[in-house]
Formats: sequence, C-alpha cells, structure tokens
Amino acid sequence: MSDVERHAYDCLVIGAGGAGLRAAIEARERGLRTAIICKSLFGKAHTVMAEGGIAASMGNVNSRDSWEVHFRDTMRGGKFLNNPRMAELHAKEAPQRVWELETYGALFDRTPDGRISQRNFGGHEYPRLAHVGDRTGLELIRTLQQKIVSLQQADGRESGDLDARLRVFAEVTVTDLLTEEGRISGAFAYYRESGRFVVFEAPAVILATGGICKSFKVTSNSWEYTGDGQALALRAGAALVNMEFVQFHPTGMVWPPSVKGILVTESVRGDGGVLRNSEGRRFMFDYVPDVFRGQYAESEDEADRWYEDPDNNKRPPELLPRDEVARAINSEVKEGRGTPHGGVFLDVSTRLPADEIVRRLPSMYHQFKELADVDITAEPMEVGPTCHYVMGGVEVDADTAATAVPGLFAAGEVAGGLHGSNRLGGNSLSDLLVFGKRAGDGAADYVSSLPQTRPQVRDEDVEHAAQTALAPFAAPTLGAFENPYTIHTELQQTMNDLVGIIRRESEMIEALQRLSKLEARERDVVVEGHRQFNPGWHLALDLRNMLLVSRCIAMAALERTESRGGHTREDHPDMDARWRDVNLVCRFDDKGEVVLQREMLPAIRPELLALFERSELTKYLTEDELSRLSPLDPEAGR
Amino acid sequence: MSYEGSFRVWRGDDDAGGLVDYQVEVNDGEVVLDVIHRLQATQAPDLAVRWNCKAGKCGSCSAEVNGRPRLLCMTRMSTFSPDEVVTVTPLRTFPVLRDLVTDVSFNYEKAREIPAFEPPKGVAPGDYRMAQVDVGRSQEFRKCIECFLCQDVCHVIRDHEQNKPAFAGPRFFIRIAELDMHPLDTREGRAEAAQDEHGLGLCNITKCCTEVCPEGIKITDNGIIPMKERVVDRKYDPLVWLGSKIFRRQT
Ligand SMILES: Cc1cc2nc3c(=O)[nH]c(=O)nc-3n(C[C@H](O)[C@H](O)[C@H](O)COP(=O)(O)OP(=O)(O)OC[C@H]3O[C@@H](n4cnc5c(N)ncnc54)[C@H](O)[C@@H]3O)c2cc1C
Ligand code: SF4
Ligand code: SF4
Ligand code: FES
Repeated sequence: MSDVERHAYDCLVIGAGGAGLRAAIEARERGLRTAIICKSLFGKAHTVMAEGGIAASMGNVNSRDSWEVHFRDTMRGGKFLNNPRMAELHAKEAPQRVWELETYGALFDRTPDGRISQRNFGGHEYPRLAHVGDRTGLELIRTLQQKIVSLQQADGRESGDLDARLRVFAEVTVTDLLTEEGRISGAFAYYRESGRFVVFEAPAVILATGGICKSFKVTSNSWEYTGDGQALALRAGAALVNMEFVQFHPTGMVWPPSVKGILVTESVRGDGGVLRNSEGRRFMFDYVPDVFRGQYAESEDEADRWYEDPDNNKRPPELLPRDEVARAINSEVKEGRGTPHGGVFLDVSTRLPADEIVRRLPSMYHQFKELADVDITAEPMEVGPTCHYVMGGVEVDADTAATAVPGLFAAGEVAGGLHGSNRLGGNSLSDLLVFGKRAGDGAADYVSSLPQTRPQVRDEDVEHAAQTALAPFAAPTLGAFENPYTIHTELQQTMNDLVGIIRRESEMIEALQRLSKLEARERDVVVEGHRQFNPGWHLALDLRNMLLVSRCIAMAALERTESRGGHTREDHPDMDARWRDVNLVCRFDDKGEVVLQREMLPAIRPELLALFERSELTKYLTEDELSRLSPLDPEAGR
Repeated sequence: MSYEGSFRVWRGDDDAGGLVDYQVEVNDGEVVLDVIHRLQATQAPDLAVRWNCKAGKCGSCSAEVNGRPRLLCMTRMSTFSPDEVVTVTPLRTFPVLRDLVTDVSFNYEKAREIPAFEPPKGVAPGDYRMAQVDVGRSQEFRKCIECFLCQDVCHVIRDHEQNKPAFAGPRFFIRIAELDMHPLDTREGRAEAAQDEHGLGLCNITKCCTEVCPEGIKITDNGIIPMKERVVDRKYDPLVWLGSKIFRRQT
C-alpha cells in the first residue's frame, strides 16, 4: 500500500461542523499545519441545520443573566449528571465565543440598542439564545467557513499557497484512526468521489464528527450522523460515556410520512407557541415534574403574562426541558388524545400576528408550507418526538478535550459529559465553539510537547484498513448476500421500537439479540457497482459504526435502572439519587468486544454547589452526599 | 395514496452517460428526493446523489428536474401529474462526477477570491453595535444556502464556458454586496472590485438567478443592481471619482 496518496499535517480535524471549524481555526492560529476532513461539501455539515440559537449569558435582554445562572440551568437540564467542570467552562466562555463570531463577520439579530438579541428557550431562565431568525446554524457555519477562507487568504498572501497551513478535504470519509504504541499517528480515509484511498499522517487528531441518530428511524438528523467518531474513538482505545442518553426532541414533523422526523424548532414555543391535545387542552400543565415544581406557571393566565413580564410571572410549562415535553407528548398520544396523524398540536397561529410569525420563524413557515401544505400563520402544526441528539459520547478531559488516547481529542456532539442526561436547546452550538476552541488548544499543546520523532504510520495498518474498506465488494463464501439498505432499515426499526423514548428491560435484551444478528449479517454485505461515488458502498462502511454505537446505547440503557433525562425506563420510572454520580462507560476489551463499566462522576466543587438552594439539591443528591456537604462548608447550599 | 411514477434519471460519468427509465412507487406527500432514495434502496443501489438535511436548509441536493434547476428535497411530487414523466438530470453548468453529482469546486474557488470581512480596528469583541435595520440588508444575502442553483442557471457561464475564469456569478455578487452593506466592514471599494475583478459587468440583469433561488433572495434587485448603479455613478460622477481617489491615497 505504499502507492496510497499521503499527506502529512500537524493536526487533523475530522468534521467541518461548528466544532471542527472552530478547532481548526484555533489549531492554525496556534501554528499547527492543519487539515479539515469532512464527508459532505464544505459548509453542509449538520450544524447548518440548527435553527433556534446559541446559548450564552451575555445578558443583553435581561441583565440579570450571568454564567452562574447558565451553569445552574445546564445542570438542572442534565439532572446533575453533567461533568461539572465542563458545564462551568461552557457557561463561563460561551459569551466570549459568540462575540468573537462578530469579529469574523457574523450578523445576529439585534436588540433595540444594537446589541445581539437573545431569545427564550426551554430550560433557560432568561432570554439567552443569540440567533438569526430560525437559521442560526447557517449563520454559524457560514461565519466559520468564511473565517477559514480569510485565514487561507492570509496564508496565500504570505506564501502564495492558499492551502499552505489550513486545507479542507471535502467529501472524504475517514474509516480508521492509525496509532503507534497507543498514540495517534494519523488516519485512513477514502475520497467519496473516486473511491481512492488516502492516508493522513498527523500526531494529533480532533474528532468533531457529530452524532448518531441515523441509527433511529424517526430522526431529525441527516445521513452523516452514523456515529463514525464514536466508533473510531472506541476502536482506537478511547472510551464512550453516557451513551444511554439520547435526546428525543419533542417537536418533529409527523405528516406527511416522507418528512416525518424533520425538526420543528423550539423557538416556536419560545416565541409563544403552545401545545394542545385533540381535546384542545394545554396539557403541559399536567406534566410539571416535582423537581421543577415552583419554577413553572400553574395557570394559562400566568404563563401568558410571562412573555410580557418575566420577572413577576413563571414561565409556561411548554418550555420545560425537552425530555419532559417529549414524554408528555408520548403519553398524550398513547392515551388517545393525539392528532389524526399521531402527534399533538403545536399552535402559534392564535398567539402571534401572521406577519410576526413569518418574520420570526421564516424557515418554519416555509418548511410547512412547502412540505406539508400547512400555513402555520393560520392553523396549528402536528408534531411528535423525533430522535435528535446524543448526550453521550467520547469521554474527554474538560479543559483540553483530550481523550484517553494520546493525540486524540474530541469536541462537539461527538464528545460526552457536558450535557449530562439531557441537553438544553442552544447549548450545543455554544458547546461547539467553547470546546472546539479548547480542542484546538489542547492539540497545539500536545504537539509542542512531542519529541522530534512523531508516531509513525505503519504499512500493515494501512493495508488492513484498505482491506476492511474493500470488503463489501467481495462476495462472502458462505451465506446470503446482504443489501446494506435493508440492514440499515432493520437497524433503524430495532432502535426505534426497542431502545426508543420509553424503554423496558425485556425489549432492550431483545434489541441486543437483534443487533448481534445484524452484526453477523453486516459481514455478508455486498455492494454493486464500482468505487466512484457509490452510496451503497458508503452506507456499507457506515453500517459497522452504526451497529457498534447502537450496541453501546442498548447496553448502557439496559444497565441504568432508573429514569433520568434522555433515558426513560418504564420498569424504573423514578430518578434514583444513587445513580446521580454514576457514569456508564463503554470500552473495547482486548478481544475487541464492548465492555460496560461504572465510573464515578467527578465531584461538584463546593463553590459550584453553593449556587443552588439546599432544598433543590435534596431532590438530586443522596443523603450521604448532602450530609458530607453541610458540615464542611456552611455556605454551600444556602 | 400511491402510484407507479415514471422517471428518467441521468446515469453516467464525465466520459459517457444517458437517461435511464425507471418505474417507481410514489406516495402521498413525497418529494423527488424520496423517490431517488427509493430507487437507491430497491433498483439502483449505486445511484449517486448529494443530500444532507432533506429540508431545504443545506443546499446539497441541487439538480435539474424537467430542465429546471431545483432542490430535489423541496420539489413536491404533487406538482406533477401521475402520468407525467419526471426527468432528473445533474446541474448543467458544472462537470458531472457521477449520475446526479457534479463537480462544484468552481464555486469554492470563487469564494476564495472574494476578500474577507475586515473588522473595525479598536472595537473589542462584545462592543459591536449595529441596528437591526442596518444588518437586515446583509442578512437577506446571508440566507444563502450555497445550493449554486443561481450559478447553474446564469447564462453567462451556463452557455459560455469561457467566461468562467472572469465571472464570480450571482452567488458571489451577493457575497460582495453583503460585505459592502455590512455596517462594520472597513474595506473600501467592494462594488468597484465586483465590476473590475469579479465580472459584474458581464451580468445583463436577466433575473434568472433570482427566479431559481430557493431562499427567495432578491439577488438582482437588492444585490446586483444597487452595486451596478453605484459603480456607474462613481465612474461618471467626476467629483465622486476624484473624492474616492484622494480618500484612498490618504489611507
Ligand atoms: C434540525 C436541527 C436543529 C438544531 N438546532 C439547534 C439549535 O438551535 N441550537 C443548538 O445549540 N443546537 C441545535 N442542534 C444541534 C446541533 O446543531 C448539533 O448538535 C451540532 O451542530 C453538531 O455540531 P458538530 O460540530 O459536533 O458536528 P456537525 O456539524 O454534525 O459536523 C460533523 C462533521 O463531521 C464530518 N464527519 C462525520 N463523520 C466523518 C468521517 N467518518 N470522516 C470525515 N468526516 C466525518 C461530517 O461530514 C461533518 O462535517 C440542532 C440539530 C438539528 C439536527
Ligand atoms: S441577472 Fe445577471 S447574474 Fe443573474 S442570471 Fe442573469 S446574467 Fe446571471
Ligand atoms: S443565492 Fe440563492 S440560488 Fe444562489 S446559491 Fe444562494 S441560495 Fe442558492
Ligand atoms: S438536502 Fe439539504 S437542501 Fe436538499
């Protein structure tokens, strides 16, 4: 395999969404020769689809906001399973990261006094989401893309070569990470266009590959979300944490079938939209859980007053964290109060004037009009839960984004920890920027600490990676030929039905059995045609990642015998404080099988605990934790 | 409701290719991309097509449907009658890679020729102040999802390959217009550069670009024409011309 195309860089960023681009900018600014690799065209990564906004406590709309309040909201949203250090860094650094985007040319919507406007969102105490209408992700990715171009132009002026220090390899898929003695030495990839292989030699790799939801049938995610980064990390020796926590966004489209799952932004509710069942009842008032009682309005009148006077009224329960709203919708539909197409009604038409709806929610207006023949300024939408985001991911060090494998870093949706058991809306885009930058810094520090000789790419690893990638073209000696599309459909159905929004022990055991069978069949997948832009082949290669990650999700979900955030067990319906500080971690054993282990969550520092009322902490922490708290620090938990 | 639809899809690569007929199931509410996906899953597993969001947000699935530049994910099957043959072909202005996938690198090269945003000196991050009315104009252009349908339809390069080196195309005219109208961009002479370096003069305002833009951006009325007017004013108004020269020499 010595004839394979090769490139050498200081740092390889896999993924060109918000996290990858921000990481690459930092790595390049810190002097690393950096390559960005992505499966789609430049500027098309999943981040482009984000709608509602970026959470950052700039306090432009309500000056009471601060990082402490944002930290508190994030911990509550994640039901205290968040990595507390990550939640702290995220809340503290998000405003700087958003302001920085303006220096790159971003144009957010403005407040009357000319600052960045901020909107309300579920679980955020104050209006906190910087936004551009409902196309915030587009603004974010375009801004970062254009910043990358500006850095390339600067390099071009200096050296005559635009790609001298920062180069984008678009429509290239990484299938294996390469290591030498457990340290990163590079990555193996193929050009989607030609099917040619390419090897990148680099001592530092930053994973920014996004999520996994393409393993589920009803999802808001695109084909890219096949869990590649999670699988690459596992196979390279890193760990995955919290994989049982998968977010089902409460409002996806339910009709027509071909658009089922496409997202309806939470901004619809943040801007006044309400949820009703088939009887016309605003049912969310019936679903405020104990831990949030007292923080949400108890009557429609109070909820409606909150939009005008948030300081003296409590917020509407439609703005509870996503897991609560998704479960509520699920129950309403199950109990026969759903819409004709199996959702509930989301209505903004009776809440805002038509022109205001079109101004604030242009792409939602467009989306429903074009795809469902529904005019959201005149009639309600039908919505239901859709698989949206994975809270779990690669286990990283909070400050440096480093994984357990030297030279391997992870940031963005592919990394785990920040969001605990449930992510608040808007906290992903800010996550991408905060930890994308930190990953770039982490990689720069790591590379400068290396001795002269870097870890080497071994020929036999390249050979092996090439054979694995070509396997689907060879017919199996035994058994039937399998079609990758069929296996994918069966996997999606399995995860949807058996490891979905409400989980039961028996079903997850069955899911694991089915996954074993699918894994066996996956080895017999055969693809037609040749290597040039062949989607059947691409899917065949993505399948092994989806199957591996699905297994991790099912194993962790079976193990956690409680309900918390994005993990709801019908057979263990309550949150259990004894699980509060337990992380479930997946790793490979020496035979290459996934093993699940329990690890303790890092302790929450006393000064961070002190940000909460003691009465609130008692809802989450064990007796033991509480008793340790008070004598040591009388200030904590005031 | 579902029926058997007739489709003709262009299959091939840069060497050779042609239209291939398919009969495929079409269901209520579907878009052309759904049908292409069904073809992949049932009859043509190696049929190449780009897509990501399936909701008109990413601009990946651009192709031509019955000869019109369209997003495949936003073209409803209900716009055709069940007995109509629907023809799907790749963007004509760019070289075919395979089937419906074209080489759009032209656009990424042009993007790198447009000078980037130049931030105001001495304004710290967090201190940027801009009024909504002033950012609104540039925001319209920033809605662009880079589907390149406007680039595909523009006759300047669709029918005249030789113009490509000198012509940035409508997508990048509005990129220039966006920066030109950005309240805090400090670079001078963007509209003039559009004319002198990026081929604005080749545009004869046919408005085909505006017609195909899935984001409804008024490319010509709000972007191209105001820049053309400004350039013309400067060229013919001796005072403005002199002023701009003196101003530039001083900075
Ligand atoms: C419809 C929708 C709306 C959303 N709205 C919001 C919102 O309003 N606010 C918010 O905070 N969050 C929102 N989210 C969540 C948020 O958009 C995502 O979590 C976030 O964009 C993920 O960014 P990322 O940088 O981690 O990855 P992505 O943007 O997904 O990028 C992943 C990149 O990795 C590349 N990649 C993957 N695998 C490989 C491989 N094997 N080889 C090479 N490259 C690879 C991909 O090509 C891509 O470039 C939304 C999500 C969806 C789906
Ligand atoms: S208006 Fe100008 S840019 Fe637009 S299609 Fe016509 S010639 Fe091309
Ligand atoms: S301006 Fe409109 S048509 Fe042109 S690339 Fe952008 S979104 Fe597409
Ligand atoms: S798939 Fe994104 S615009 Fe069509």
